[in-house]
Amino acid sequence: MVRLLLPLVLMLAAGMSAAGDRSSLWPDVPKATGAPHAEGNAYWRKHHMEMMRHDRDLTMRDGDRMIAASLKGCFDCHTVTDETGATVTYASEKHFCRSCHDFAAVKVDCFMCHRSTPDGVDETVDHAALTDRRAGDILAYLRAIGEGGE
Amino acid sequence: MERTLYREIKATGPLWQAAVWLGLFVAAMLASVVYVEHHGHAVTGMTNHVVWGLPHVFAIFLIVAASGALNVASMASVFDKTQYKPLARLSGVLAMALLVGGLAVLVLDLGRPDRLLVAMTTYNFRSIFAWNVLLYTGFLGIVAVYLFVQMSRGMPPGAIRSMGTLAFLWRLALTTGTGSIFGWLVARPGYDAAIMAPLFIAMSFSFGLAVFILVLTALYRLAGRPLGAGLVIRMGRLLAIFAALVLYFTAVQHLTNLYAAEHAGIEAFILSEGGMYTALFWGGQVLIGGLIPIAMIYHPTFGKTPQAARAASVCVVLGGFAQLYVIVIGGQVYPMELFPGYAVTSGFGDGAVAAYQPRWPELLLGLGGVAISLLATGLGAKVLRILPTNLSDANTGSDIGQEG
Amino acid sequence: MTRIKGAELSRRDFLRSGAAVASATLAPGVTLIAFGGSQAQAAADAGKRWGLLIDAGKCDADCSACVSACRDENGWGGHGDADRDAQWIRKVTLQHKATGHETTMPVMCQHCAEPPCVDVCPTGASFKRVDGIVLVDKHTCIGCRYCMMACPFKARSFVHEPVVNQKSHAPRGQGTVESCTLCVHRVDAGGTPACVEACAGAGYEAILFGDLNDPDSQISKRLAEYPSAALRPDLNLGQGVRYANL
Repeated sequence: MVRLLLPLVLMLAAGMSAAGDRSSLWPDVPKATGAPHAEGNAYWRKHHMEMMRHDRDLTMRDGDRMIAASLKGCFDCHTVTDETGATVTYASEKHFCRSCHDFAAVKVDCFMCHRSTPDGVDETVDHAALTDRRAGDILAYLRAIGEGGE
Repeated sequence: MERTLYREIKATGPLWQAAVWLGLFVAAMLASVVYVEHHGHAVTGMTNHVVWGLPHVFAIFLIVAASGALNVASMASVFDKTQYKPLARLSGVLAMALLVGGLAVLVLDLGRPDRLLVAMTTYNFRSIFAWNVLLYTGFLGIVAVYLFVQMSRGMPPGAIRSMGTLAFLWRLALTTGTGSIFGWLVARPGYDAAIMAPLFIAMSFSFGLAVFILVLTALYRLAGRPLGAGLVIRMGRLLAIFAALVLYFTAVQHLTNLYAAEHAGIEAFILSEGGMYTALFWGGQVLIGGLIPIAMIYHPTFGKTPQAARAASVCVVLGGFAQLYVIVIGGQVYPMELFPGYAVTSGFGDGAVAAYQPRWPELLLGLGGVAISLLATGLGAKVLRILPTNLSDANTGSDIGQEG
Repeated sequence: MTRIKGAELSRRDFLRSGAAVASATLAPGVTLIAFGGSQAQAAADAGKRWGLLIDAGKCDADCSACVSACRDENGWGGHGDADRDAQWIRKVTLQHKATGHETTMPVMCQHCAEPPCVDVCPTGASFKRVDGIVLVDKHTCIGCRYCMMACPFKARSFVHEPVVNQKSHAPRGQGTVESCTLCVHRVDAGGTPACVEACAGAGYEAILFGDLNDPDSQISKRLAEYPSAALRPDLNLGQGVRYANL
């Protein structure tokens, strides 16, 4: 067992030292603005969904607006810009949520309904692929799949 | 008379061919679902006026037929009609298969089919729809147990009888629930009627038996096993009675509505001014689905042939689709009154009959549901011992000639 | 259960830290509602019953300020397909069948006391807040459209296409059902719905918003003084939206 594990550990260690403190496969979490979470990042990484789910029910069902965790609140600090300085949406791999969720292979359902940027950012261009192709008939769609356009 | 032997059907060429065709329809259904998921329901014919379209016509037909298909088994174990005993197993499998096919259509048409788990874990018990989810899953479970007691060795006849009775009562509740989905909609003049529940029960008797006759015939042809003419003719006679029952409830439904002045509009729409819906009502539902099959069964010469029962079954199925189209779509395209005594107009089509044109994805979804039902039934017959090797009249005691 | 409890604990912890964030990052005097400023409410008030009184006599047939204000506020712009586009609020024309008298008025979710949409919803996504506002919880809406079958006013819309660029206070998405929220985000912050504001801004003041439970509110006084009616009175749904001068 040790014989099997040892090379693996060595390889990992080598990879880590090469990429600084972590493997290059590790998610590259974008820097945020604003004051840090008082509970610490580890707490939020683990519990953000529970907190948001809990508060969304309080807000929507009970009308409690004194909430702590909301998507809108997230994007006050956690926005990411691309090379051109434009704020990226969930359509981009660089989006704050995707940086970890792609790594963990956990699908985020939020942005079917919620916007993934602060109010005021125009999301239309990034999601053009989503809204543009209002193909009228199924045959054109199947053809597009056949041509690898999907 | 030899002993009834239940055996799996053999994998013949025609059987494989049928399976491949059905598989293609299921594949087309899945492609259609992905397509609609990607583009949204805008690519279907459904609108904010007609929110339930062709898929729901298919789904409700299959669900209603499912509970009706179980009747053959009920007749054997609850009402002691021994001639139907050899058919009881197929009856149970077909009932489950039809329900699964119908539910597949219903679920895959949801705006968010990925949230099926939400639908199955979050209930609002004031909703008849939520109750239906429980009735459907309960039906699948009860019929599965019913099949199990039928097929296990050494089960006391009492067990079969009690399970059969439970399944029969459950299926009556199920169809009541399905009818009440429409019957309890107080807002729409086309629904809002307690008679929807018994009407749907009558429809289930009729559609379910028609589908059973057709599936039985097809399976025995594919398997190359003898199927007695007398048995089919006997079921055909029952079908005629059920078709008449549907006509009766339809007549009561419309006569009641005609008597109430507030329903004059919807009645005029369905019965005389509705264009395609009027044509589907009289031509599809009443003529093809009711009068023609009854006439065929009771015809002095043609009625004594199994062809009459089969042709009548095809008519009842077609008429059934027409009837559900008139109920589901016709009830939605007819406008609702906003304020009594006032005519209403708007840019959103208030006060006007809404247009509905089904599109390909909806048809493929519906047909895929039918294919799932048939494929599941065929698979059941292939892997389970549900079909008797010999259903000739001498073997089932169904010789019509002897009875006169 | 333990998970919920855990979340609750952390929520309280965070409320404290959140207040700290607000004071640290914002200029003095600026209240950040999301972080529990003085404006935000802790819960909808069960003693209130929010409603609208629409005076059809003041509604101008050629004006649709309420509709465009709602569209801008909640971001439900369409694609030019009237039968499939969202219709949170629409202008309708009523013509008396006997006299021919015509009136126009806006129709939106009527926020019924006994909402049929809430009764029929299989998952409970359709719900009524304690202050009478009827909403759709899009987190549990499966898009079955049974509520649309049940609504006598066709007040609900199914989102037929993918949506982007939503307002953060009005999330909406493909495959779910939506309707007028009575601008719940504004009401909770002590404001009035966008349509009410727009109608007043256009100089008509045909829509009055207020608490039907408060006998001293302007809407209650007006209702007590003048005749009014609810749509489909035969159904006895106890709507929060009432109409005058039909």
